[in-house]
Amino acid sequence: MLENIRLAFQGVWDHKLRSILTMLGIIIGIGSIIAIVSTIKGTNEQIKENLVGSGNNAVNIQLYQGDWTLDLSYQSPPDGVPVISQEVLEEVKALDEVEDASLYYTRNEYDAVSNGIQTLNGGLILGVDENYLNVYGYQITKGRGFVEKDFTGNRKVALLDKIAASNLFSGTDPIGKTIEIKGEPFTVIGLVGKKATAQPVINSMEDYYRYMSNNSSGVVCVTDAVWPIIYQFDEPQNLMVRARSTDDMTDAGEKAADILNAYLTVTDETIKYKGEDLLEQANKLQELSNATNQQLIWIASISLLVGGIGVMNIMLVSVTERTREIGLKKALGAKKSKILVQFLTEAAVLTLMGGILGIIVGIILAYVISGISSAPVAISGPAIALAVAFSTVIGVVFGMVPSVKAANMNPIDALRHE
Amino acid sequence: MILRLDHIFKDYTQDKMVVPVLKDVTLHVERGEYVAIMGPSGSGKTTLMNIIGCLDVPSSGTYQLNGNDLKDCSDNQLSQIRNESIGFVFQTFNLLPKQTAQENVALPLLYAGVSRKERMERARKALEKVGLSDRVDFKPTQLSGGQKQRVAIARAIVTNPDILLADEPTGALDSASGRQVMDLFGRLNHEGMTVIMITHDSEIASHAERVMLIRDGVLSGMNGAKVSAGRKDKNAGGADVAWEEAGYADGEEEARFEGEE
Repeated sequence: MLENIRLAFQGVWDHKLRSILTMLGIIIGIGSIIAIVSTIKGTNEQIKENLVGSGNNAVNIQLYQGDWTLDLSYQSPPDGVPVISQEVLEEVKALDEVEDASLYYTRNEYDAVSNGIQTLNGGLILGVDENYLNVYGYQITKGRGFVEKDFTGNRKVALLDKIAASNLFSGTDPIGKTIEIKGEPFTVIGLVGKKATAQPVINSMEDYYRYMSNNSSGVVCVTDAVWPIIYQFDEPQNLMVRARSTDDMTDAGEKAADILNAYLTVTDETIKYKGEDLLEQANKLQELSNATNQQLIWIASISLLVGGIGVMNIMLVSVTERTREIGLKKALGAKKSKILVQFLTEAAVLTLMGGILGIIVGIILAYVISGISSAPVAISGPAIALAVAFSTVIGVVFGMVPSVKAANMNPIDALRHE
Repeated sequence: MILRLDHIFKDYTQDKMVVPVLKDVTLHVERGEYVAIMGPSGSGKTTLMNIIGCLDVPSSGTYQLNGNDLKDCSDNQLSQIRNESIGFVFQTFNLLPKQTAQENVALPLLYAGVSRKERMERARKALEKVGLSDRVDFKPTQLSGGQKQRVAIARAIVTNPDILLADEPTGALDSASGRQVMDLFGRLNHEGMTVIMITHDSEIASHAERVMLIRDGVLSGMNGAKVSAGRKDKNAGGADVAWEEAGYADGEEEARFEGEE
């Protein structure tokens, strides 16, 4: 076998140009598959990282009507949805899967926040309790956070995220400046940023795309104590829960939603709290990107098929060219199986080399694609192993016809072949 | 007796017509003999050589090599017999052009399952034996015709076969190289190698101890064959040579092969 491999490599080397041309189909096929798989994997990992994060495990529980979150910008809270009390919150916190929980109000607003000169043309306004920033994974990057007196004193103070700050103050220090939220003046006391492992607020696919595509909307945080000043009293809150582990996220979300739903006395059955299962969302997005790319893989596989046929073609030519050699080897005592294995090895070595070159090309291609589209690259070990195995299999499969032809040659006729 | 062909018939079917190529061929060869089989083209000598070399099987008759009947041998068994018992020397050498002399000579040992190290060692020794120890790493393109044929002979003897089977071994060589090759055969035979040589050249055939004639598929001994100097005549068997005239034209066998190609 070792001798066969040695001979096969020699054969490839002796016909460099022909070998490269033969390999081309395999190189292109394997190359594009590796490039596609690497890009998919990179995108998937990015999706998962963005959605689920790691070590944060926050689950957002919001009030839904049917499949849509109830947006209080456009409607008043329906009857039968109570304000979530501290007791209920404690009940949620007591869940096994829940590490911490907090209540918050939220609105998507347009043109609601300004500093008199600049206006935020979009953005998220949050009314949060003492715990929220911690539960969600925000940290103060500048200035200070909310303190107890901000809540007890109904102080009109606000925190901005980086985007809101730069949109409103375009680079100048916003701390101590005044902004207006729905006409109410607030003093900016600090800037918040996500912890490295934190995730964006994502409740749905739409949010995800908004997050991915539009970073112009900022976040403005005020205390929940002053929320009624901007909006109204007795507005139902949302719940942010931090699960003990990523695996607990689904359970934590469901159980917390169940607790909240137990207090609902709505007539509309479709109104209920739901925990956003971000893991599931991530999977959905990944499936989406997988499905698109699966088709690309099939298309790339066609070039593998064409490559395989090319290999078969060249091997047939090679067998015919080497008829005398085959006849000689048979005369010298080579059994059919030896001839068969020799040619199969040659085909397999040819396609294996094509496969390896294809992997290199594919990785380069993946980085080029990533450079153009800014999708991240994740080189998949199993995909590479599979590509190596698959290209060898192609060699064996498409080398079979020529090899059998060689093995079955009659040595007398083969030796007389000119 | 190393080789025993008894009443060998060989027919080919061509266009639904059965063409007899060998007709009742009987040939016995003792170990250490040097036999030439002579005949014009189309006489069936190539077919006979193919049968002796286990490349082809007779239509009827028995073939015993080294006491073993080859009647029911499978393709694989015939391959093994060729590998172990027959050393082929071809008119056109049939060396692999991309491989060195040593690698060419070592090739049969590969099929005998000999390790690479031992293969190379034995190949080197065989090349020494044919006087080419200084050409071990040469490729066939760097060798003269006579040297190429000596490499081929080294390849034929590297497995220590029972029979060295040569088909027109000097056919592609000039007379000086041809002589060298014939001297080599003589020497190998002197050392105990059984040599069977197929040729159409009586000058070449005369190097053998015993010359057999084949004509139109009939083999006969030839009396008064020239014997190489210093070698005793082992007698050429049937002295009563009767030339049977052909029932078919010369060259028919050739025509058959051309038709196939």
